Amino acid sequence: MAIDSKGARAVLLPDATVSRTGARLTLHRLLHSPSALISSGWLTLLVLVAVILPPLVETAANRQDLSLRLLPPFSLDNGPMFILGADGLGRPELLQLIVGTRTSLLVAASAVAIAAVIGFAIGLISGYFGGWVDEVLMRIADIMHTIPSLLLALAVLYVLQPSIANLIIVLAITRIPVYLRVARAQALELRERVFVESSRAVGAGDWRILRTDLAPMVLPTIRTVAMLEVASVLLAAAGLSFLGIGLQRPDVDWGMMVADGRPYLATAWWVTVFPGLVIVLTALAANLLSNWLRAAEDPSQAARFIRRPRMRKAAR
Amino acid sequence: MWIFLRRRLLTSAISLVGVIIVVFFLARLTGSPANLYLPESATQEQIDEFNRLNGLDQPLLVQFWNFLVGAVRLDFGDSIWQRRPALDVALAAMPPTLTLAGIALGLSLVIAIIAGSIAAVYRFRFPDRAISVTTLTISSIPDFWFALVGILVFAVQLRLLPTSGYSTASAWILPTATVMLAPIGVLTQVVRGAMIDALGAGYVQNARARGFGTARLVARHALRNASLPIVSVAGDRAAGMVNGSIIVGSVFAFPGIGTVILGAVLNRDFAVIQASVFVVGVGVILVNIAVDAIYALIDPRVRVGAGKGK
Amino acid sequence: MTALLKVDDLRVEFLTDTGSPARAVRGVDFEVGEGRTLAILGESGSGKSVTSKAILGLVDFPGIVSGSIRFEGRELVGARESELRGVRGTGIGMVFQDSLDSLNPVYTVGAQLIEALRVRMGLGHSAARARALELMAEVGIVDPERRIDNYPHQFSGGMRQRICIALAVALKPRLLIADEPTTALDVTVQAGILRLLRRLQDETGMAMIFVTHDLAVAGQIASDVIVMYEGEVVERGVIEEVFERPSHAYTRGLLAAHPGAVTDWRDLRPVAGDPMLSREEAIADGF
Repeated sequence: MAIDSKGARAVLLPDATVSRTGARLTLHRLLHSPSALISSGWLTLLVLVAVILPPLVETAANRQDLSLRLLPPFSLDNGPMFILGADGLGRPELLQLIVGTRTSLLVAASAVAIAAVIGFAIGLISGYFGGWVDEVLMRIADIMHTIPSLLLALAVLYVLQPSIANLIIVLAITRIPVYLRVARAQALELRERVFVESSRAVGAGDWRILRTDLAPMVLPTIRTVAMLEVASVLLAAAGLSFLGIGLQRPDVDWGMMVADGRPYLATAWWVTVFPGLVIVLTALAANLLSNWLRAAEDPSQAARFIRRPRMRKAAR
Repeated sequence: MWIFLRRRLLTSAISLVGVIIVVFFLARLTGSPANLYLPESATQEQIDEFNRLNGLDQPLLVQFWNFLVGAVRLDFGDSIWQRRPALDVALAAMPPTLTLAGIALGLSLVIAIIAGSIAAVYRFRFPDRAISVTTLTISSIPDFWFALVGILVFAVQLRLLPTSGYSTASAWILPTATVMLAPIGVLTQVVRGAMIDALGAGYVQNARARGFGTARLVARHALRNASLPIVSVAGDRAAGMVNGSIIVGSVFAFPGIGTVILGAVLNRDFAVIQASVFVVGVGVILVNIAVDAIYALIDPRVRVGAGKGK
Repeated sequence: MTALLKVDDLRVEFLTDTGSPARAVRGVDFEVGEGRTLAILGESGSGKSVTSKAILGLVDFPGIVSGSIRFEGRELVGARESELRGVRGTGIGMVFQDSLDSLNPVYTVGAQLIEALRVRMGLGHSAARARALELMAEVGIVDPERRIDNYPHQFSGGMRQRICIALAVALKPRLLIADEPTTALDVTVQAGILRLLRRLQDETGMAMIFVTHDLAVAGQIASDVIVMYEGEVVERGVIEEVFERPSHAYTRGLLAAHPGAVTDWRDLRPVAGDPMLSREEAIADGF
C-alpha cells in the first residue's frame, strides 16, 4: 500500500556529491574556525614547552636570589627570564611557569587517560554483562558520587603522601565514574542491537563481541568526554596543589605557584596573577577545542558551521 | 511515585552504608590510625595507650563492628583539636554552608535558565556564540584564583568589599561568586542543550503552528520538559558545591564545612574528617532524593509510569 | 475568484558547509480553492512535508525558502514572524503524523486545548473549558468530562490524533494541513480519522491539504492531487483522472507498485525499475 515506507533516505543530499567527508571535513572546519585554531595552537605550544624546556631551565628556575625578591614584571634589567618578575624567594616567575607547565600537563593528561581507560573498560563490561557485577559497580559509582571529589581527594591525599604520582591516582579515581557511566549506558543499549545479535549468531564469543563490536562504537564518545574532562581535571589538580596537599617542593605546578603568591597578594600581584592566567588560558583553550570538536563531529550541529547569508530573502 | 521514591531510598541507604565503609577504611588505609589521630611527636607509650583505648589492638572485623555501632549512634569520636564530639563540629558548620550553597545554586540556576534559553532561541547566532564563549571562559577560571583576584581588586585596590567577617551582606558577595563559578557554566550549557531539544520537539513545533509567540513557546512549552536534565545536573552540582565551599573556606576563612575540613586536615583531627565526610554524604543523598521528588512533580509520566518501568 | 492558497515556484534549500546546498523543494506551484482538498502524494523525501512546513513558515535556518506563498492574498514568504503568527493556527491549522510527539507530555490535553482557545481565540477560562469539552466530544472522545484532565500518554494513538485534530480545528482555520495524520495508525483507526476530517470539513467549509504517501488514503479524501518526486511536482489534476490516466512515468510506477492494483505478485513492479523515469538520480538514489 505504501509507496515507500523505508523512512528517511538521504533525502537532502545536494546535487553535487558531498565533497568533503570525515577527517578532511573536520580539518576544513578547523581551518575556518579562529577560536579552534588558536586553542590548538596554544595547547601545542604548551606541550612543546613542557617537553623541551624544563630540563634546560630547571636549575635557573629554582635558584633563589633574595636580592630579587618580588621583582616587578615587564622589565628586562635582569635578563629576559625575569620578564614576568620574581616570586617571594627571588625565583624567576617565567621559568617557574615553564617547569610548572610540565607538571600541570603531565598530571592532567595522565589522570584523564587513566580514568578514561579504566572507566571505559569497566563500563563496557558492566553494561554488556549486566547482572550483579553491574549492580555492585553502579552502587560503587553512586557512593563515589555521594562524596564530593575535592573532599575525597583531600581525605585520600591526607592519608597518602603528596606527590605527583599520588595526585594523578587520586584525580583519576575521582573521575572514573564519569567514563564508567557513559560507557555502561552505551554498552547497555548497543548489546540489544542487530549487529551484536548477528555476531552472536555466527558464533562470536562475548569477549570478541566486546572487542570488535562494542568497543569501537563506544570509543568516540569516551574520547569526546575525555576532551571535555581535560579542563576540569586541570582545574581540580590546580585546586589540590593550591590547598597545599597535592604536591611538595621541589615539584611545582601552576596551582602551587598561585598559593605561593598568596602572602604577597597586596604587594606583589604578579606572583598570584600570572600562574592563574596561564591556568585560565589553558583550560579555556581545552574547553573551546573540545566544545568545537564535539560540534564538528555531530551532524545535528552542522548548522553551526554554515555562514548565514546577509540577505534572508535570496529571491524576491 | 511512591514505588519510585522507595527504590530511591533503598539505593540511598546502600550509598550511605558505602560512605560509612569508605570513612572507616580511610582511617585504616595506612595501617595504624594512631599515626593519623595523634600528633607526630607522640611517644610509643602514647600510641599504645591510644590503641588500647580505641580498641585498635582488636581484630579488624571487631574494630569495624565497633565503628559501625558508633556510626549508627552517630558517634564518630571526639575532635582532638576542639575537644568535643566530631559530629557536632561538622554539623555546626552546616548552616552557613547550606545558606551559601543555596544562594549560589539558586542564582546560578536563574542566570543559567535565562542565558541558556536565549542561547537556544538564537542557536548558532551571535547571542548564542557570545553566551557560549562567556560560559566557557567562566568554567575555565580556577575558583581559588578568582577568589584571590576578587580580593585583590575589590578589597585591596578598590576597597569596596571587606576582607573578613561575615556580618554584612557585602562580605557574602565574593564567596557566593566564587562558589557559583563551577556550576554556572555547566548549567547554562545544559539549559541550552535541553532547551534546543525541547524547542525542536514535535509538541513545541506544533504549538508554534498554533501561532504562539517565542516567549510562550520557551517559558511554557519547552521549559518544563527541558527542566528534567536541568534539575538532575543542578542536583549533581549541589554535591559539587562542597568543593567550592572548601576553597571558600581556604581563601575567605568562611565559617562553613570547608573551613572545618581544612582545619581538620591541618590539625590532624581525623575524627572530624570522618564526621564531615559522613555529614556531607548524607546531605548529598538528601539532595538526590529531593531531585527525584522534583522529577516526579514535573513529569506526569514518571508519576504514573513508576509502577511498571523502573 | 482567487484561490485560498496559491503557491508559486516554491523553493526550499538547506545550506551546508560541505558543498552545494541540498534542494528539498525545487520550484513547486499549486493552488487550493475554498473548501477543496488537495492531496500531496509522494514518497518520503520527495519534499512534501517540507512544502507543508514552508506554508506555515516553519522552515528554519539553515533552510532557505524562496518563491511565493499567498494565503488569502497575503504573501507569506519573507513575512515577519509576527505576521506569520497571525496566520498560524487561525488561518492555517496543522496536524502532524506523530500524535504522541505532537502533544506536550507534561500538560493535560485539557490544559493544551484551553491554552489555545484562551491565547488565540481570546476566550475566558470557563468559556474555553466548555468549548474544549465540546471540541473533544466533536472529535469523538467518549466522556470528555473525565478525559479532559488526562495526560497525552494516557490516550491511545487514534484518540491522541483526534485530540490533535481538535487542537487544530479549535482555532477555526480556513485551511487545514494534515501531514500524514493516519500513517502511524491501524487501518481501522485510520478510516475513523479520515471520516472525522471529512465531517469537520463539511461542517466548517475549510479547505484541506492532505500530505500522504498512501494512494488509497489520498483517493478517499482528496478532490485534487499533486504528485511530488525529488522536490518537484511531476503530476497534477483531479484525483480520479490522475489515477485513471497518469501522464508521468513516476505516477505510473506508483500506481503499478500499489498492491491494490495487482492481482498477482508478479505484477508488482519496483518504481525504480521503470526505465522511463525522467531523472537519472532517481535510479542512482535507488528505492
